[in-house]
Amino acid sequence: MAEDQQDTTQDKTTPLHDEHVALGASLTGFGGWLMPLRYTSDLAEHRAVREAAGLFDLSHMGEIHLEGAQSGAALDQALVGNASAIGVGRARYSMICAEDGSVLDDLIVYRLADEHFLVVANAGNAPRVAAELVARSAGFDTVVTDRSAATALVAVQGPRAEEIVASLTADGDVDTVRSMKYYASAEATVAGIGVLLARTGYTGEDGFELFVPADRAVELWRALLAAGQSHGLVPAGLSARDSLRLEAGMPLYGHELDETTTPYEAGLGRVVKLDKTGADGEPLPFVGRDALAARAQSAPARVLVGLRGEGRRPARAGYDVVQRGLDGAVGAVVGHVTSGAPSPSLGYPVAMAYVTPEVSAEGTALAVDVRGRAEPFVVVPLPFYKRS
Amino acid sequence: MADFPENLRYSAEHEWVDDASPATIGVTSVAADALGDVVYLELPEVGATIEAGAVVGEIESTKSVSELYSPVSGTVVEVNQSAVDDPAVVNSDPFGAGWLFKVDVSSRGALLTAEEYAAQAG
Repeated sequence: MAEDQQDTTQDKTTPLHDEHVALGASLTGFGGWLMPLRYTSDLAEHRAVREAAGLFDLSHMGEIHLEGAQSGAALDQALVGNASAIGVGRARYSMICAEDGSVLDDLIVYRLADEHFLVVANAGNAPRVAAELVARSAGFDTVVTDRSAATALVAVQGPRAEEIVASLTADGDVDTVRSMKYYASAEATVAGIGVLLARTGYTGEDGFELFVPADRAVELWRALLAAGQSHGLVPAGLSARDSLRLEAGMPLYGHELDETTTPYEAGLGRVVKLDKTGADGEPLPFVGRDALAARAQSAPARVLVGLRGEGRRPARAGYDVVQRGLDGAVGAVVGHVTSGAPSPSLGYPVAMAYVTPEVSAEGTALAVDVRGRAEPFVVVPLPFYKRS
Repeated sequence: MADFPENLRYSAEHEWVDDASPATIGVTSVAADALGDVVYLELPEVGATIEAGAVVGEIESTKSVSELYSPVSGTVVEVNQSAVDDPAVVNSDPFGAGWLFKVDVSSRGALLTAEEYAAQAG
């Protein structure tokens, strides 16, 4: 049995680190951070989120604020989406691309006020995204502030999430919780702590993300755990987070998205607003526009698909997708797996993969080269799982 | 007192073997905990000749795949089909119902006592 070697000596820790240690979490390095991989069992934590609720520490993510009269205009130019069209109290999924149209990060943009936007970036990319936003906002009336270090983030995800969060609010905030729409946000007081509450998540379930000052994170975490106990809430780590988002067909930067991919290949062309216009009604230039406009016109060289395993062995990121040969022989390579794991909720292996367009139709019988053996997989639509 | 069953012997690769004939082999709780939830087992074939220290299979969890080594040389006489059908037993009972395969032993590799293994496994 070979043990994983990981040098985590340089990794940062979140304000909740000691809580994870006290809960007996197995820790892992991720994006430069030492994070809980699991507390008890990946499968149990995954199932808890689908059936009750899970509590996640997401404090490794980046929180970058833009404040000022031209914050929206600056983001319209810096990101691929139409940030200034986001209503106050609403959020949108977006991306920041390079000039050549390749994806630097995927993001959620929250509009907190007319002139105040919050951009949430992936942990490993946050410093670069912050630097790019500063550079791209030069000349706009906006101030870009990276508040990642001062901000902790916890998520409560699952069918019981609303009950749990509502039980820690009072008066008008109970309504705020219960009536909050998906991809909306508002200030609220939870467990006596002022938070930015958002109905966003990365699990395919209902849930909330709570942005809290770092020095109140432990207090909030403990309050949520206590309030959630009778509802079946458990702390959940990155392993469950990954299997949940994979079942929900959500991309993970570094797997489905990276600097070799454009939004179109990943099936996320809808995020790119080539037609967004400025105040003068003219098409708005934004970073990557020309390259992305060209890509939008041409047929993609590869397509992101969902794969369902017909055997029991999971496919893993990096494995070749191949033609299904006779007698289980490994056929010609037609793509590669970007993410793969057993699906705890569905009971079969699931994977996402880039394949050539000719083999991307639903129902195409393919195989994955799993360490030298051809395991049968079939192309299925994404997502694999949708909550009822 | 060792944290691991004293009647067993252990390899540096976190396998255990008993002193019966044929010998039963499994992986330790250290291995099972490090792997996380085991989801798939690839075990040697019955009748196969195996060498101490050689890779004889794979043990796959939700997040990773690890090679399975044999702590002894000999001939495989039985595999635990129940574990193959429900690999979670490796996590719930690694020293008992989570056993993996049985061998007619011709020779044993370098093995540790429970105390020596505990000291090494930390």
